Amino acid sequence: MYYVLFTYWCNYLISLTPHQYCYPSIFIYGHRASGKSHVINFSFLHLLFLQLPHATLSCVECVSVALLFEQVLRSFFGCDVASLLPRSPSLTDFVRIYRQQSPARQTRYIVMEKAELLRDADANLLPALLRLQELDNVTVILLSEIVWDTFRPNTGCFEPLLLHFPDYSKVELQQILSQDRHPSYSAELYSFYVSILLGVFYSVCRDLRELRHLAALNFSKFCEPLAEGKVKETDTHKLWKNIEPHLKKAMQTVYLREVSSLQWEQMQQMEEETGALKGLSAHTHVELPFYSKFLLIAAYLASYNPARTDKRFFLKHHGKIKKTNFLKKNEKTTNHLLGPKPFPLDRLLAIFYSVVDGRVAPTASIFSQISSLVTLQLLAQVSHDDQLDSPKYKCAVSLEFICNISRTVNFDIMKYLYDFL
Amino acid sequence: MSTSSVSKGCFVFKPSPKKRKKQDVSQESYFIHDCAGPESGQRRFKLCQDLWKQIETETEVLQDELHRKILDSLLEFSRKCSSSRCHGDWASQMRASEIPTAALMLGVNVPDHDLTFSSLSDLLRQSVTPYVVSLQAKECGALKHLLKRVLEGLMDTVVAVDDEDEADQAACHVQKSVHCSLTTLCDWYIIKTKKSSNDTPGKKRPSTVTDEPEQLPPVVVIFKDLEAFNPKVLQDFILICSRYVHRLPLMFIFGIATSPSTIQHMLPHSVSSLLCIQLFQSLSCTEHLATVIDKFILTHQFPFKLTEKVLSVLVSIFFFHDFSVRNFMKGLQLALLEHFYAQPLSVLCCRKKAALRHATQLDHGDLERIRQLPSFKRYVEGQEAEEQVTLMTDDSHLKEVCQKLIKTLHKYHKNYYPTLRCLHTLTSTLPRHLLGKQIRELHEACLRKNVWEQENYQSAMKLLKMQAKDELVVSLRRCAEILRSVKSKTMKNACEQLEELLCRFQQLDAAVDVAPSEDECVLSPPKNLPKKTDLFQLQKTLLEMNESRRSKKLSPFEILRNETVEFVDGLVRSHLWPPESQPLHEVCYYSSVATVKHHLNASPRTSIQVALSNPDHYLENDSLKTEDGTLSSAAPDICIAYKLHLECGRLINLYDWLEAYATVVSAAEVDPDQDAFGKVDEVKHARFIRAVSELEFLGFVKSTKQKTDHVARLTWGGC
Repeated sequence: MYYVLFTYWCNYLISLTPHQYCYPSIFIYGHRASGKSHVINFSFLHLLFLQLPHATLSCVECVSVALLFEQVLRSFFGCDVASLLPRSPSLTDFVRIYRQQSPARQTRYIVMEKAELLRDADANLLPALLRLQELDNVTVILLSEIVWDTFRPNTGCFEPLLLHFPDYSKVELQQILSQDRHPSYSAELYSFYVSILLGVFYSVCRDLRELRHLAALNFSKFCEPLAEGKVKETDTHKLWKNIEPHLKKAMQTVYLREVSSLQWEQMQQMEEETGALKGLSAHTHVELPFYSKFLLIAAYLASYNPARTDKRFFLKHHGKIKKTNFLKKNEKTTNHLLGPKPFPLDRLLAIFYSVVDGRVAPTASIFSQISSLVTLQLLAQVSHDDQLDSPKYKCAVSLEFICNISRTVNFDIMKYLYDFL
Repeated sequence: MSTSSVSKGCFVFKPSPKKRKKQDVSQESYFIHDCAGPESGQRRFKLCQDLWKQIETETEVLQDELHRKILDSLLEFSRKCSSSRCHGDWASQMRASEIPTAALMLGVNVPDHDLTFSSLSDLLRQSVTPYVVSLQAKECGALKHLLKRVLEGLMDTVVAVDDEDEADQAACHVQKSVHCSLTTLCDWYIIKTKKSSNDTPGKKRPSTVTDEPEQLPPVVVIFKDLEAFNPKVLQDFILICSRYVHRLPLMFIFGIATSPSTIQHMLPHSVSSLLCIQLFQSLSCTEHLATVIDKFILTHQFPFKLTEKVLSVLVSIFFFHDFSVRNFMKGLQLALLEHFYAQPLSVLCCRKKAALRHATQLDHGDLERIRQLPSFKRYVEGQEAEEQVTLMTDDSHLKEVCQKLIKTLHKYHKNYYPTLRCLHTLTSTLPRHLLGKQIRELHEACLRKNVWEQENYQSAMKLLKMQAKDELVVSLRRCAEILRSVKSKTMKNACEQLEELLCRFQQLDAAVDVAPSEDECVLSPPKNLPKKTDLFQLQKTLLEMNESRRSKKLSPFEILRNETVEFVDGLVRSHLWPPESQPLHEVCYYSSVATVKHHLNASPRTSIQVALSNPDHYLENDSLKTEDGTLSSAAPDICIAYKLHLECGRLINLYDWLEAYATVVSAAEVDPDQDAFGKVDEVKHARFIRAVSELEFLGFVKSTKQKTDHVARLTWGGC
């Protein structure tokens, strides 16, 4: 598919004589690493003899419209023209300066990667780009991972030519991956290796980039018996037996980026099968100051218990609360499914003072701990920063995390959680 | 100060450097303008400054040492990254698109991180690359700002290093403001590296010119507080960077306060797959604190001491509130400053020689102050009657005695700390940590009162008497090492005794090897005390053992062991007196807990309440002073309103409140006979309304819709 599209596209480009116009705007979409940018960029390289003027830019990088205009102007006309742009240029400025330049003798191409970000830009930008050809012999090529339907502005716009890049099939993946073979080993061996790799990973990952990365990482392990002279290149079964468990392990660690590729290589060199290296998510333990722990516990209770039950949990003489009234059926067990609810500061402090052992003076450092918990993202401030009186918070930690914390201070949190009563 | 602004608002005036200088001078004058006379003030100020400088330099050294390991591994990582990138190796080429990232786990003590990062970036600049930029989340709200920070940080440092012309700098600025994109940075980097690679071969190593392109210095971006960054901004930045990584050797350092899983929470797989993350763990803040305490508090070389209460306040602030070593040091600084400021006799708080010299220079007033010291009084009472009289009257005799006492105080300290360490090494391995896991806890216990009178100590000694030989010998060896390094006569003696005991243990070993005695075998089961038992069971077994021991004949090992324990006990009893027992201890020990608490652990709410109920406390106006529970009618309006509102229920009728207020206020103004007494005039009305709105602002009342002309009280208590 990739080759077909490539040749098709190149032929189209070649067929255009300098004075012919290309289609005003082309929208290319397809999943990550399905060859969109590659086809476009490679075609410009490949057809160097045509000397097609083009500007390639990524929309992530264009923080402001100014940068976008500037990059386009710079790659077409050079820095001098780009510097003509005023400080915060509008579309009109861009058009004005573009018009001042000599008209194109052949089609100019503007390639925009990650075009989905254009939707967040000014409302008039995308429609204008789509019909930029009315200005001059210009074609805008938009590359995106999502379909055109989500782009269409409310006011309507010029419809671009849609071009879909389908995902690679397994065979195609194998062909592509086999291309970057190791120089010191035969192509057959490498393609055999790729087929093993695909056998393990194809079910979880079809991203070409990721697969390539994994192939590079594990190839040295694959070659190990060959290098040691234990196995011949033709003895495929043994090679497969050697690498398969290793790849399975890789799927759990390095593919998820639990372990970095550098560490993975080191692990291979050390030959430690036990997997002494802990992944990123294994380190969840956070050491906190004593009162911060209780503040966090109080925040968790405030987030997951309905406010009306506070009286029952934290008041010594709460009087009689009717059981039926207290345990409302629909409310029960749903709090943890619904996620944390916001609570005001007062409630947090009231719960804090009742759960913490001993008397705690309401000092400034207690309050500053709340805000440092917010910066550590263990609490989330719900109300706006400007709201000084009675700010509202949410607790942003998981049940497991809070259980660990409360275990260190000998606080049985399960007794205080409405959902688990 | 005035501004040219037409509108109202808050304006920041940065102090000019001239004014700073003036302040520096006046710092000393604070010390001079107090009761003890300018000379002693100056001396104390100098002592204080010297001590603080000593602390500062030593903390720096300490921090460097502590962070050495992690910094070294980080540097190693960055070097490896920068070198492996350019290798022609097939595998490293295949994953060259990953940005090397160091995730630095620093713990939640955020205030300390600054120091770590500053030393880290200094080290990086020195040894790896000149291109280092640190980012803080609050500066990088949007991608635009982040990029701007990166560019400014990188390009400015280089401008500063190379001393470029100002014109160039200006041009640079203009360029930046036009487009701050990574392309600019890339171009700049290529120019820079080209320039430097042209420069260096001539100077340094002409032979390795071929290596030059491989040794391109990486561009290091440090994210100081990863948690606080906006995830979207970070993701976009990483995406952009990954487009340039082939041309620009980037490297990231993430400073993480909580746990590494934050990275996974913040970055989706598509972004984190662009990074090659390696984890680095810095040492925990409790260990850090332990080393700091070890360095500055548990040493005789540092003359300034803290009493148990002050120390425990500082330590509890650390453990309960912030985990910040920097704040602990600030607390220490405060105590130091307060001590030298408030205690005139602190001139004697310095090294022994200087202290003796200062003692000869004491004037009459100082000597009188010494006579007033409680510890000195106790000392005098212990003397004979004749001596007592001379001490209280003869200044020159007192000076001599003072010198003698200072010497004993120093000797006391010299013996105290080694003994403390010995006791700690012996007891820290015991089950249940009766005398504390950390030496700091033991120190606090010793400062509190005679440690040998404490129950825990006695049971620890009992346990020690049951320890197996191997453990005992190991810890005794460590003790001997501690004692050997001390230059003090008594400690030398103790050391010799200890070594003799160790010798005898070895001889015992030899003897046992020759003829393994039977009762050793019999005795071994009770020695294996179960490590985890509750106190009751432990006591029971202890009692049983005691009895069985009495009934049995002791083996030579047991005799020796008992002897050793007695020896340690004797050492403790002779050296681990609490400082209160020493005359003149007030000179070195800072004891004002209230001041430390007041400054370090402020409670705004209490202060507000104090200000409202006892206005004289802050206004320092004696005319406002009244007996308990009453309030002078001359007090500020808000105090009167506050006092009156305390007497109301949950809802307060504004009119009644106003009436009451008017009555109280008029009592101060006119004599009660006049007609106008208690009447509400416009001024009073206005003052009252202001007072109420101030109370509302402070959060004591709020307006309510439940009842007309009423406000709701927001605090409990009162009637």
